[in-house]
Order: sequence, then C-alpha cells, then structure tokens
Amino acid sequence: MKHTLNLTGRNLFDLDDYSVEEIEKIFETAKVMKKINSREYKKIPTLRGKTVATLFFEDSTRTRISFELAVKRLSADVVSFTTAGSAMKKGEGIQDTVYTLNAMGIDLYVVRHSCPGVPQLVNKYSNKPVLNAGDGRHSHPTQALLDMFSIWEKKGSLKGLKITIVGDILHSRVVRSNLIGMKKMGAEVVVCGPRTLMPPKIEEVYGVQCEYDLKVAIKDADVVMGLRMQLERQNEGLFPGLGEYTSRYGLSNKMLEFAKDDILVMHPGPMNRGVEILPEVADSEHSIIIEQVTNGVAVRMALLFLILGGKPDKEVA
Amino acid sequence: MILLKNGMVYLSEEKKIVKNDVLIDKKIIKKIAPAIEEKNAEVIDCAGMHIFPGFVDLHCHLRDPGYTYKEDIASGAESAAKGGYTSICCMPNTKPTIDNISTLNYIMRKARDVKGTKIFVIGAMSKGLEGKEIANIASLVKGGVVGLSDDGNCIQVAKLQLNVMRYASIYDIPMICHSEDYSLSGEGQVNYGYMSTKLGLPGIPTLAEEIMVSRDIMLADVTDSQVHIAHASTKRTVELIRQAKKDGIKITAEVTPHHLVLTEEACDGFDTNTKMKPPLRSEQDRVALFEGLMDGTIDVIATDHAPHSDYEKELEFMKAPFGVIGFESAFPVLYSTLVRNDKMKLEELVARMTSKPADIIKKEVGLLKEGAPADLNVFNLEEFFTFNESEILSKSKNSPFLGMKMWGKIHYTICDGKFTWKL
Amino acid sequence: MSTKKRILDEKEMERILKRLANEVIEKNKGCEGLYIVGIHTRGVPLAKRITHYIEKFEDEKIHVGSLDITLYRDDLAHIEHQPVIQDSILNFDIEGKHILLIDDVLNTGRTARAALNAILDYGRPAFIQLLVIIDRGNRELPIQADFVGKHLPTSKDESVQVHLKEVDGADEVFIIKD
Repeated sequence: MKHTLNLTGRNLFDLDDYSVEEIEKIFETAKVMKKINSREYKKIPTLRGKTVATLFFEDSTRTRISFELAVKRLSADVVSFTTAGSAMKKGEGIQDTVYTLNAMGIDLYVVRHSCPGVPQLVNKYSNKPVLNAGDGRHSHPTQALLDMFSIWEKKGSLKGLKITIVGDILHSRVVRSNLIGMKKMGAEVVVCGPRTLMPPKIEEVYGVQCEYDLKVAIKDADVVMGLRMQLERQNEGLFPGLGEYTSRYGLSNKMLEFAKDDILVMHPGPMNRGVEILPEVADSEHSIIIEQVTNGVAVRMALLFLILGGKPDKEVA
Repeated sequence: MILLKNGMVYLSEEKKIVKNDVLIDKKIIKKIAPAIEEKNAEVIDCAGMHIFPGFVDLHCHLRDPGYTYKEDIASGAESAAKGGYTSICCMPNTKPTIDNISTLNYIMRKARDVKGTKIFVIGAMSKGLEGKEIANIASLVKGGVVGLSDDGNCIQVAKLQLNVMRYASIYDIPMICHSEDYSLSGEGQVNYGYMSTKLGLPGIPTLAEEIMVSRDIMLADVTDSQVHIAHASTKRTVELIRQAKKDGIKITAEVTPHHLVLTEEACDGFDTNTKMKPPLRSEQDRVALFEGLMDGTIDVIATDHAPHSDYEKELEFMKAPFGVIGFESAFPVLYSTLVRNDKMKLEELVARMTSKPADIIKKEVGLLKEGAPADLNVFNLEEFFTFNESEILSKSKNSPFLGMKMWGKIHYTICDGKFTWKL
Repeated sequence: MSTKKRILDEKEMERILKRLANEVIEKNKGCEGLYIVGIHTRGVPLAKRITHYIEKFEDEKIHVGSLDITLYRDDLAHIEHQPVIQDSILNFDIEGKHILLIDDVLNTGRTARAALNAILDYGRPAFIQLLVIIDRGNRELPIQADFVGKHLPTSKDESVQVHLKEVDGADEVFIIKD
C-alpha cells in the first residue's frame, strides 16, 4: 500500500502536530473532494450516520458555512451552536455546553472561539476529535491548509517558493498557522507590516524573515497574501490611519511589479477593497482569492473524511 | 513540653545547621543542645530530619472576607502550616478590602481564633484599592497592619503614589509595591515575547513592571520611605533594585518560587495554572532573578499564594483569573531545584524564608534560638514524593507544580509550641 | 501454514482478456456508445487492456475512465489502514450511455455495489454492465457479473490475488489459503 498514514480520530488544534506527509495526504484527498464539488451531484455518502457539531462562540458566518457545507457533502449530520441566543448567554460555561452536546452523541466538534486554547478545552471535556476553526489570534489551521492547498495546486509544491504575507500580523490567527505550515512544507516566508502590528520574536518563533518595507518584502515573491485590516484597529493607536497604511502596505499593481511575473495573490477574506488590497489586484489574473473559498470546502471535506472516516490505528504497546 | 531529638537544627543566629536536640516549653524554645534529657516531654525522634525555623511569608491572599469559596483564614492557615509556614502576611484585596479598621479587626479576630499559624495583615494604600484616594493609613497602622499594599492592583497616578508614600513614611512599615503599568499590561495574559507570539495571546511586557519599579524607586528616594518590591519578575527589575540599593535607597524585594523555577515555556498548552501576575518570564529573566537572590539584591522568597477555585480556573485561558497557590509547594520545590542541584546552600534558602522576611515586617518570628517563640518545622529532606492535588489542604488546587516530583517532605510544623501540622 | 497456488499465468490471462473483449462486443453487438470504467486499483489497467483489445477488434476509439470507490465503501470504519483516495477520471458525460465497469475480482459484491452508487452520482446511464476476471462466488449482495474470466469458487478462509504487470510486475493469479 502506498500510504499507511492514518489520521482517524486525530485533533486539529494547529499544524505543529501534522507531518509533511500528513499534510500532503490532506492535499491529495482535497483534490478528489474538489472534483466532487464540481460535479452536478455534489454529495457522497461517506460519513452517513456521523454527527458533527459546529461550536461558534465567536461569529464567523463564512467559516461556519464552509464547514457545514463540507459536512453535508459527506452526508453527515451537522448541528450548529452559536452563542447568540444560546445558553452561554445565560452563564452556562463551555464545560456544561460540551457535556450536554456530548450526551447527544456528537462525533466531532468544529470550534471557533475568541480565546486561544479553547479547542483543546473542548477536546478535554468531550474526548472527541476537535477541528480548530480559529481560536483567538492563535491559530486557524483549516484556513492555512486551504491557503497552502491553493498554492500547492497551482505550483505543484511549496518547496523553495517565496511567500510574502503582509498586513496586521499581530492580530492574525491565519498568519500563525500559515507560518507553521508553509515553513514545514519548505517555503521561504517573509512577513511584512508596520512594526506596531508585528508580534515580538516572530523570526525566532517561526523561522521567518521580517520586513517593514513591502517593496523589499515582495521582491521576487511567488505568492503574496494580504491580510484583513480590522478597521477598528486604527483607533487603538497602533498606526496613524488607513491612508498611510494603504500607501505603504496596500497591494497595488505598482507593488506587484517588484514580485515575480507569475505571482499569485491571495487573501483569506473578507477583503477591505481599497485598504489592504486594491480592486485592480483583487480582480486581476494573479488573484486566486475566489478559488481559495472553493478550496476551503474541499479541504474541510478532506479533513472530515480523514478524521472521521476510518478505523484508528491500534495502540502500539 | 516537646523534645525534638537528634535533628539537624538550623540555628538562626549562626546561620548554621548543627545536629542537636530542641526542647520546647510551652510557647518558647527552652533549650537547644546535644543530648537533652527531659522526662516530662513528649519525645519526637528527628534522626535523619531537619529542623528549621517556621517559615515566614510576606505575600499571600487568604480571600477572607468576601471570597471564602477560594480560601478562608482557617483553610489558609492550615495550608500554610502544611508548607512549614508559621507566620504569614495576607494582602488586602478582600471584599471589602482592608482599607478600614473594621475589616482589619474582623481578620485579626478570626486570625486569633485560628489556633496556629500567625497571621499578619497588610493594609491598603488606596481606598478600595481603586488608586484614587489614600486609605485610612494612620488608623490601619494603629490597628496593627505590618505593611501597606494595593497588591493585585497598582496605583497608576504618580502623584497619588507619591502622597501615599509621603503620608506613610512616618511609620516604620514597608510599602509593598505590585508594579504594573496598566497601559502596557492591558489585556495581557502571558509574557510578551516568544510565548505570547506562539500562543497568540496578548502579552504583558516586562516594561509594564520595570517602569513602575523605577518610578517607585524614585518616589522612595524622594519620600525616604521603605519600599518593598513584590514578586519581582524581570531582569531589568533586578538591575534597577541592585542600583537603588547601591544608591542607598531603602528598598527590599521578593521573588516567588514559581518565578525562580518556571519560565513562560510552562504556558505552552494553555494550562490556566500557569497564568499569574506578573507572568512567568523568559529564561534570561529567571536566571537574573536567581542571581539577584544570590547576591542579595532580592532579599526574600514569598509565595504570592493566590487561591482560585477549580471552576474559575477550568475556563478559557483568557477568562481564568490570575494567580497560583504556593504555601505547600514552596520549600520542596526550591529545595529540589536549587539546593539539591548545588545552586544554593540550604542555610541560605532557609534564611530567605525565615529571618529575612521577618526583618522586613520587623517581627520577632522565624527565629530558631533559645528563648524565641517555638515556631519551627521538621522536614525529611531525603523523602521523595509527587505533589498531588489530593493532598493539598488549601481550598483551591491551582498549582503549576501539580504532578511534579520533589524532595523534602514535611513531618511536623509547630507554632507557639503547638503542633499545627503532623504527617 | 499458508499455501499459495498459481491459478493463471501470463498466457492464460491474455487469452481470457481477449475472450472477454470479444464477449463484450458480441453481447452488445459492437461497441457503439460503450464507455469503459475501471475500478481502482487493478480494474484500471485491466480496463485499459480490454479497451485496447476492443479497439483493435472493432477499429473504433473507445472512452475509458477510472473510478475510486473508497468514499462509497460501507466498511471504512473497519479497515486497518486508511486508504489514499485516487482520482476518479470520467472525462465524459455518462448520461444515457452504456457503462462497462471492470474489476479484477468479484466476491461479496460490496465493491460492485459501491461502484454502482459512485457511478450513479455522475449521472443516469442507459445501462451498466460488470466485467471481472475472477468470480469467487461468496456473494453477500444480489449482484452478478455480466462477463466473467474464470469462476473460482473459494471459501472464506482463502483469498485470491490478481497480479498485473502494471501494478505488480507480472500477470498471474494466485489462490492463497491460510
């Protein structure tokens, strides 16, 4: 048999606990899923009888829809729990919420929360696999996987690619997971943004290069990823305003000239057109932003299938 | 009478450990000598064991009144006794806060009812620890507080801090400063640096502490008051204090066992028992704290025993309260990691947990000598054990040392000639 | 002690494949509208070979595709090693077409069931036929093959291994008894 890698029953808290081979297996599976998603009939019966709960303690309609679609395409059932109007508002803690759901027979949890570490907490209380759908500014591994899959699909591999990520690095969960994953897959990664939006020791933690000038950061890049600038941030005294920000860090055609001719432009969405990315770039032939969304469903299907659709390896004594 | 036979006895005045017998008569240590014979005494064989003065803790939170589900005076006293402590100083961030004489009296009365551990009270600097108005410091001092602190909080406005120090400088008590600039610590959860980046948690920069430490050093100088820096956690704090001492400023400082032994690495995994203020720092800071302790820049070891119930700690990391318990692990942890690894002499460790803190609050406690109050403890340093939740006497179990294997098991604690802990 | 016995060699395999190609042509009166689909893993090279013979005999180009049925299996929770899903290649619209499914061994019928479900999710063919090299007989579902290379009644404690040049380096069929 070609592979004996078994992901059954695994958690996905972040990409640190996944090997290169395992990530490649996820990509290979996602490729198949993507094809299924392009069929007229988009459903497969693989996970019939399984139940997935999406726990969104923080609202994120896009991510939740992507996950729920992935679950449904695989014929599993999905229940969604959002804090709006839920028992959490009545003071029920995470522990009780998870115990309650667990008692109803949930097979896997998809968790989004504003505090890092909550997916681990849900796993501790439920003893069921957990997919992290974003925990605070800590990590967002499925987004990173879909970003990396999108690059992998276009370029065949991440090895040796120069990838530049630009924007509010400090508050971005997407960046952290991507840095772990992209480094693991052999890419050279440069992060770029105002110094006040850069977390401390980022070079040391992730082994990446840190630049404050986008012209330098984007030079000869194969891929550039813009990050969403939370518009509220300009009131926190971290940078003077959007005008100056866009002129220095916005992705424009002029900036792209410094990169390779076949550069891919990415963005995890939702975009602030005219802030971190100009429409001329977002809608250009370089942009794979819309495809990232398509790939999101495929990658999440792949993960759900690999984690729920098998038999766990026997414990090695 | 109690006669402790054949123990290795730490003699406070000589700062030496010598094999001796110790005879206790009522509340007093009557005699320390080899081969004491006393027919009427209860004899305890301490062969192979060490006898230390009862430990003195300058910094703990007993949560009483107001938060007695976390701890109360009685449970705190018991937990302290199990850690070998016979004198502890409790912080004023109770509910109501200890900024008035009636709350102080409540604690003093309750502390008297607890037959055992001696409880000293630290009064508030500002009313309600709100950092807006000076607390009734003169009344508190008259009522018997041994120090002043807004611990847990920090007076942000320099002018108020200046006035508190100036107002209180006429009394011979320390101003115990929790140093934290809120505009810098903000929503911070862990050390600003490697771990805050790795875990995606807001960070608390070392600067938040250092800016306030340097401010308070200058204020101490100007007001000629006695400043005690609580739970020092950074390299630069140590340097600032070292320089201040050189400059002749009346400053003392403490460090906690967790800051001496652990680093921010412990936060990897989101264990809320590693969340405290100040946060666990980098290895560089930890080493500097230890060096500061060794060269006398840092005077004492204090636990910052801060109990929180399990349902508060079993929360999302960012929602869980700051603080860890410390009484019952303090000595074994430090003995195991510092003394047993030949980094520090046992005599030195004991001094930093007994006579040194007693000096800061100017109390005749923590002394093992003839004629002193019979406050002491008996450890078997060759006993190896695992620090388990089930054996913790504090109402709360929020320790970062759970599951750690350590040397030095306590067998007895005696306070004022009475057993407060027996294995 | 397990015993391994060779049932077919390369020459015999070739004869069988040619015969099966002829049977397909004969039964369908030619190969008009015929689309051949091999089931992963060994059905895929077998489909290519059968296609090759039919094209040679009839002098007509035939569409050939491949199908991975992993996602349609009913025993995913029981298999020891998590399989890697292969790409299903169906570069043609199957609506109203004549589909010939090809696999190496037919035994319980569960793979064929999964393949039927899988192919039907791509559209509604006019009809589907099934061709296998070996029919072992231990059916658990009411499924039968339209074309069979060799009937090889076996018991449950025996297994049949079809080896192909493309996958295993040689064309052979073994019967193995535990």
